[in-house]
Amino acid sequence: MAQEITLGQLRRWLILYADRIIAEEEQLTRLDAAIGDADHGVNMRRGLEKVRERLLDEETQYADVGAFFRSIAMTLISAVGGAAGPLYGTFFLRAATSPHNGERVDLPQFTRMLRFGLDGLQQRGKAHINDKTMVDTIQPAVEAMEAALASGQSLAVALAAAKQAARLGMEHTIEIRANKGRASYLGDRSIGHQDPGATSAYFLFETAVVALSTPVPKE
Amino acid sequence: MIGLVLVSHSRLIADGLCQLADQMAGGGVKIAPAGGLTDDPYTLGTDAALILEAIESVWSEDGVLLLVDMGSAVMSAEMALEFLPDEQRNRCLISNAPLVEGAIVAALHAGMGNRLHDVNAAAEDALNARKVERVPENVKDKTCG
Repeated sequence: MAQEITLGQLRRWLILYADRIIAEEEQLTRLDAAIGDADHGVNMRRGLEKVRERLLDEETQYADVGAFFRSIAMTLISAVGGAAGPLYGTFFLRAATSPHNGERVDLPQFTRMLRFGLDGLQQRGKAHINDKTMVDTIQPAVEAMEAALASGQSLAVALAAAKQAARLGMEHTIEIRANKGRASYLGDRSIGHQDPGATSAYFLFETAVVALSTPVPKE
Repeated sequence: MIGLVLVSHSRLIADGLCQLADQMAGGGVKIAPAGGLTDDPYTLGTDAALILEAIESVWSEDGVLLLVDMGSAVMSAEMALEFLPDEQRNRCLISNAPLVEGAIVAALHAGMGNRLHDVNAAAEDALNARKVERVPENVKDKTCG
């Protein structure tokens, strides 16, 4: 099985992610209505619809993996609107600056891209683990990828480990108090609700398993 | 003259405030709005690419002051600055001033040809401006009673 991720697989990943976000709009809205301003669902749907449209356009060409992630980032920062726009935008923009092999990335490179993205995201949002944000999903997922890489696991195993860690991180946000964003005004009343940003971030790792560890038919 | 960029989640606020601030300053101030999203102008939100365009439209060596409303406006403004080359970014500043009052004061001071940090200091001081003088409740009781 291939241990490299192709541009075609990355494209499929973001299309699947967009489909998932569009399908989960109501859930994201419901989660955000409980502790935020109820706009995460509609904002993410609007942004990912634009991403999906671009990715499905046969004429859209990407010079390499960096250009691909940059394009995703620029679409998100202009179309999402809420805090998720600059946050996801920064995640993909920083990922784009990490080394790759042109139209492919291997597991160490992909893991580093996610680490770059996470670092950028944390600088932008100034959030740490346990602040009840998307960092609570992405940081454990990236750490799981890094651990899988260090112990010589395959791409498929690393992606599965990332998904599992992301899920646990997302679910953990139910138990903790929000320290960032509008939800932080609620104090202890934010406990008992799953964070909407942590949820939309989980779908990234969920869709990555299928999209990135199986080959794209026509490629 | 420094340039001003007004960042709001609302296109209507940003555009209206540009008109107001420019008129209060007597016209001729370099001021650009960055409200809403590029493709969905009347959807509430902020857009780093739109902010970047606004900065470039009022850019000069004297620098640009950005006034923002809240929340993601700050993150989008910071992101827009990161897209600029170092020498331009170093001459841009995101203000802590309240958006409406700050924009008016900033426009006045920019129009006078003041420097970036002085304009910002004046704009931030707009937080302290009082609009009405309140008579304390206990004093009022005595006066009326």
